[in-house]
Amino acid sequence: MSDKPVPIPDEISAPFFDGARQGRLMLQHCSACDGWSFPVRERCPHCFAARLAWRQASGRGSLYTFTVMHQVMNPGFASAVPYNIAQIDLEEGVRMTSNVVGIGNDALRIGMKLEAVFEGVGENVSLPKFRPAGR
Amino acid sequence: MPNQPKGAIVGLGVTPMGKIYGRRAVDFAAEAIALALDDAGLSKNDVDGLLINANLPGDMDVRTQMVLGFENLTLVNVMSAYGSTAGSMMQYACMAIREGLANVVVLVYADAPLSPTRGAGQSYAGPHRFPLTGMVGLRAAYGNFGANPEYAMAARRHMHLYGTTTEQFGTIAVNQRNWAQLSPWAQMKKPMTLEDHHASRFIAEPLRLLDCCLVSNGAVAVVVTSPQRARDLKQPPVNVLGYAQCAPGDNLRTDRHPAVETGAKRSGEIAFRMAGITRKDIGTCQLYDCYTYTVLVTLEDYGFCPKGEGGPFVADGKLGPGGALPTNTGGGQLSGYYMWGFTPLSEAVVQARGQGGERQVPRNDFVLVSANGGILNYHSTIILSRHASG
Ligand SMILES: [Zn+2]
Repeated sequence: MSDKPVPIPDEISAPFFDGARQGRLMLQHCSACDGWSFPVRERCPHCFAARLAWRQASGRGSLYTFTVMHQVMNPGFASAVPYNIAQIDLEEGVRMTSNVVGIGNDALRIGMKLEAVFEGVGENVSLPKFRPAGR
Repeated sequence: MPNQPKGAIVGLGVTPMGKIYGRRAVDFAAEAIALALDDAGLSKNDVDGLLINANLPGDMDVRTQMVLGFENLTLVNVMSAYGSTAGSMMQYACMAIREGLANVVVLVYADAPLSPTRGAGQSYAGPHRFPLTGMVGLRAAYGNFGANPEYAMAARRHMHLYGTTTEQFGTIAVNQRNWAQLSPWAQMKKPMTLEDHHASRFIAEPLRLLDCCLVSNGAVAVVVTSPQRARDLKQPPVNVLGYAQCAPGDNLRTDRHPAVETGAKRSGEIAFRMAGITRKDIGTCQLYDCYTYTVLVTLEDYGFCPKGEGGPFVADGKLGPGGALPTNTGGGQLSGYYMWGFTPLSEAVVQARGQGGERQVPRNDFVLVSANGGILNYHSTIILSRHASG
């Protein structure tokens, strides 16, 4: 049985993965325009300033949309299907793709409030996922 | 009155499509170009421009011009806006011809991702396409592979906002299969019912197998020249009246909704204005249909119905044979063949010429060609007409 793929942090993404390992959702924030961005870049996608710094985000958001995957595109997910993939609108104005955990796929509802949780997926790597808020 | 044409399509070449193994993309390209030049009554030496649509595997690159044995081209480029590139290429070709930079320009798309060991599911979204290093590794970690889940999420959002149903998606699939049965080029001719659609397995909910396009090995080439030169060539000229692009951006911000409000709106407005006609003049639509959902949302954004009413709009079968708005009359990418934007473009040429045989639509004065790329991040529109001039 294959394992799910595990991301390999690189230099520019290290703050995101370091934060996740410590249970914090880290996003880039621009001090020039106060805009947040995702996934990672050197210049702000809102105003193009090169004044991005990593900051802890609230981890709070709502479910924008989702799918339940049935097709196995990677052997690591063979035993995971059917699994959900979700787009989460974070309070910071960033839309992030992740998985919703702690709830059955049938109970997923667009608009539901979610909060980040962190799941260890390998040696020193954790992933932000989302669960229904206020549990 | 329509405006003066910006260019004319004078040749079309479509190779056999589908599970045709053992041939490279560039060999399909050579066949399609040969067919298109023959169709136009032109020879290889007449060609002075070559625009190559970069394919996903990346083997259709700028060296293609040498592999094909062209020489002294005054216009050559590889273009990429994924599925929408056909429209961008048509813009570029017509502009270059009008500027006098080239006279006979070949546009070509070719791909051969299928092999006996690699089927449709893995062809564009297999592990080889998903690196793990850095933030991009999140996609694989979350199981988010390829276009299927992304378009599924777009369709789900539309269903949530507007009450769109899987029956409405299914009607599009059935209508296009009905068209495919009338096309000699189509890969999927087996009759399909709404029940067949509902019984097909889920790929990514709400999308079922029969909501998803095919994957094809093959190539399409189109020859473009000036409206003046087009007059004394072999085929009835298909005039290019308008073209436009719109790239609405990504969906990584909560204030953006490109998956339910696509670039068809803006690119359509510009193209119709350039053509000097309105939506009501359109007799048939050839729309990019990587998924059934794409057809529905595209019709809304071109204004054929108000935003959110695409579901009820298509539900009466008006897109199928004999319907009020015949659409994707070669079966589209769902049942015909998957050649990115060259699927709708090639069928539009057939219909505008009046060469559709059993599938020929009655009103072919003006044909709308729509193509989108990425996850609805790029869009192009072309308006074609069989009329010689305005
Ligand atoms: Zn900024």
